[in-house]
Amino acid sequence: MPENGASAKTASAKTAPATPGLAAAQETKRQRTRMIIRAVGMLPVLLLLCIGFHVLSDGRFFTGQNIGIVVQQSAVNTVLAAGMTFVILTGGIDLSVGSILAASAMAGLIISKFPDLGALWLPVAVLTGAVFGILNGALIALLRLPPFIVTLGSLTAVRGAARLLGADTTVFNPSIPYAFIGNGALTLIPGVVSIPWLWVIALLVILVSWLVLKRTVLGVHIYAVGGNESAARLAGIKVWAVLIFVYGVSGLLAGLGGAMQAARLYAANGLQLGQSYELDAITAVILGGTSFVGGIGSIWGTLVGALIIAVLSNGLILIGVSDVWQYVIKGLVIIGAVALDRYRLQGSART
Amino acid sequence: MSEPILEMRRVSKSFFSIKALRDVDLTVYPGEIHALMGENGAGKSTLMKILSGAYRPDPGSEIRIDGQPVQINGPHGGRAAGIAIIYQELSLAPNLSVAENIYLGREVSRGGLLAREAMQAGVGPILARLGADFTPQTLVANLSMGQRQLVEIARALHARSRILIMDEPTTALSAGESERLFALIRQLRAEGLAIIYISHRMDEVYALGDRVTVLRDGTLVGSLDKGEIRADAIVRMMVGRDVSSFYKKDHDPQARPGAPVLAAVDIGDGRRVKGCSLTVHSGEVVGLAGLIGAGRTELAHLIIGAAPMTSGHVEIEGRTVSIRTPGEALDAGIAYLTEDRKALGLFLDMSCLDNINLAVLGRDAKFGGILDRDKARERAKRAFAGLGIRAANVGVPAGGLSGGNQQKVLLSRLLAIGPKILILDEPTRGVDVGAKSEIYSIIDNLAKAGTAVLVISSDLPEIIGICDRVIVMRAGHIAGQMRRGATPLSQEEIMALATGTEQLDA
Repeated sequence: MPENGASAKTASAKTAPATPGLAAAQETKRQRTRMIIRAVGMLPVLLLLCIGFHVLSDGRFFTGQNIGIVVQQSAVNTVLAAGMTFVILTGGIDLSVGSILAASAMAGLIISKFPDLGALWLPVAVLTGAVFGILNGALIALLRLPPFIVTLGSLTAVRGAARLLGADTTVFNPSIPYAFIGNGALTLIPGVVSIPWLWVIALLVILVSWLVLKRTVLGVHIYAVGGNESAARLAGIKVWAVLIFVYGVSGLLAGLGGAMQAARLYAANGLQLGQSYELDAITAVILGGTSFVGGIGSIWGTLVGALIIAVLSNGLILIGVSDVWQYVIKGLVIIGAVALDRYRLQGSART
Repeated sequence: MSEPILEMRRVSKSFFSIKALRDVDLTVYPGEIHALMGENGAGKSTLMKILSGAYRPDPGSEIRIDGQPVQINGPHGGRAAGIAIIYQELSLAPNLSVAENIYLGREVSRGGLLAREAMQAGVGPILARLGADFTPQTLVANLSMGQRQLVEIARALHARSRILIMDEPTTALSAGESERLFALIRQLRAEGLAIIYISHRMDEVYALGDRVTVLRDGTLVGSLDKGEIRADAIVRMMVGRDVSSFYKKDHDPQARPGAPVLAAVDIGDGRRVKGCSLTVHSGEVVGLAGLIGAGRTELAHLIIGAAPMTSGHVEIEGRTVSIRTPGEALDAGIAYLTEDRKALGLFLDMSCLDNINLAVLGRDAKFGGILDRDKARERAKRAFAGLGIRAANVGVPAGGLSGGNQQKVLLSRLLAIGPKILILDEPTRGVDVGAKSEIYSIIDNLAKAGTAVLVISSDLPEIIGICDRVIVMRAGHIAGQMRRGATPLSQEEIMALATGTEQLDA
């Protein structure tokens, strides 16, 4: 009975013609509740997790130092997940962000060692990511290949490229320019409040993403492509351009993530850096309420999702859960998130 | 008359605080085709879902079958009570054979293994009785829509159903298939089945209905016996007021002929459309008629660049234009309303506001592609008021609206760009009577304002009612055209052109 909800709704709209104002108000209210549930959806879960870990760890969670660690650890994943949100909103997937992050970090570090070009390492890292992302997008949009396959391929190929860049060794640069973004903090009130630069970057990325998704024509087109690609094409939207854009953004933000990692570690290794980061990014997006089918979701949800993952990792360590069990628990969280996704879709108009 | 097979008394159904059905009575006799009509949202589907067991009626409702009170719980309850529903969207598994579909959920097995032969043998006689031209082994994916409907009916008969509910069964059928279906329905009536026939189409109700029951706003308006069935009476019952002139056509291009705006010259795609030419003038409404599969939609897709053209060209206001994508068509001033608004038109999860503004977002945007949200809201509100779109507010998702309102939302998107040429593909399909009439008057106003309108429709009374000229397609060719003169266009002549039987005596 796929149409139950819809027919009940239309029936109800017709049966209460005497009080259209009231019915309208009710409908608006219900719709707003649904929107709020979708948007803040996992925020209560995040708060519960925080409080739970605080209690279980005898008050070691909510300390300035620990919160600093949590946000610092979530920063790179937040940036990757923001890019992933663009992609998943169009109904696609980007499995290659971890590899792109590694390749970008390698490229950045190598450039940073040239005395004259050193300062350019940051834009080089970001651009490297963007180029790989645009390549993904071009293959998907122009050759109409499935995103899963294309990015599965680049997951492997770009990983190889990352290893090639450093001749399969670890590249160090203890005097890398702009190292402060990896380890420094922006002081708001001297001696009292400071925010790690990594977290500042992550928040800026979220803010800009929100602006693009909700306040620009391009944003509406991204939602439209994810909601109904054929209709988007017929409505005159350049679907190919939208797809290249979202994969380009995902790659660019993976490049930025690579730069953040390089600045933090002063080093990069093409083999190890960013392994399985794509899974954390995807988990954050889905936890944040963005539908795998596309067309539904918000960037704020992604931020909450990324924080949940960071809190989970941090909290499990705080309360002394073994490394092995951390994997099991995180895996179950991913499955639970997808189950939530299905449940949420039931309430949508498209079933 | 014999005893009623089905009696529904004071049937109500509430969803939370809202009554979808209020004290509805319905009596159906064996050997009767009972047409059930009403606008979308009038409660037809709710009533049928109660009969199928999908919904449970409110306390105080009473359903009797053969005079015995029954409780219908779940889909098995409906089947056990001898009620079968054939839905608009057929519920067959295309990857399974006919026999497997008919036995779906009640497979015969022997020693834990599927008894395929027994199932096929069991289905054979029923298919023969229905005059099916396919075997039990045929894969459903290989059947036409009409043949699939037959499988649905066979499934109902196989379950020994005595009450058959058909929900708009001809929506996806060609004219010939519909005729065969009608003959079959009459045969089933003669065999003593009771058939509840839900339809928006007046001509079908004329042709089939022994009785018509009309619902409006969840209540019973009344029933008409065969002798009393008349279009104006039914429409009045459905909408609750007189629909003075259902088809609105005040514009008159003959009084003030416009310049040719759209000309397709010898266009084709090498497959479904073979060298078609047509012209539409400013202020003119041209109908494009033909059987399903004649290539009308494909022709429209060629004009708007949704499919590649292999021959011919398109001219707009006398200038040859190259249109390779729907986006370029919009830029050239051609807007196209798809026949499949859910799959190809609307974004069901997006708000009406976004749906309406989608095509003009770029034009309205501020510097740097920033949305002008005030302008968008203003435009959506104007569309709601101007086209009479009924929804709680412009922010609700388009998917929650009724068919007619969805169509108007989609139409608003096209009107927002201010097109010179409007191509409407089945503009009133799945739209209730009230909204239909409103859409006709929108078309009429557009023509008055000088828009060139091309209407693709399978609803001949509609074509005749609103068009100045009709072009008929058959098998990918333009079979001919007729101009509305002193005498109205005739349905028979159009059908003759569409089917290629001009020589037949009328």
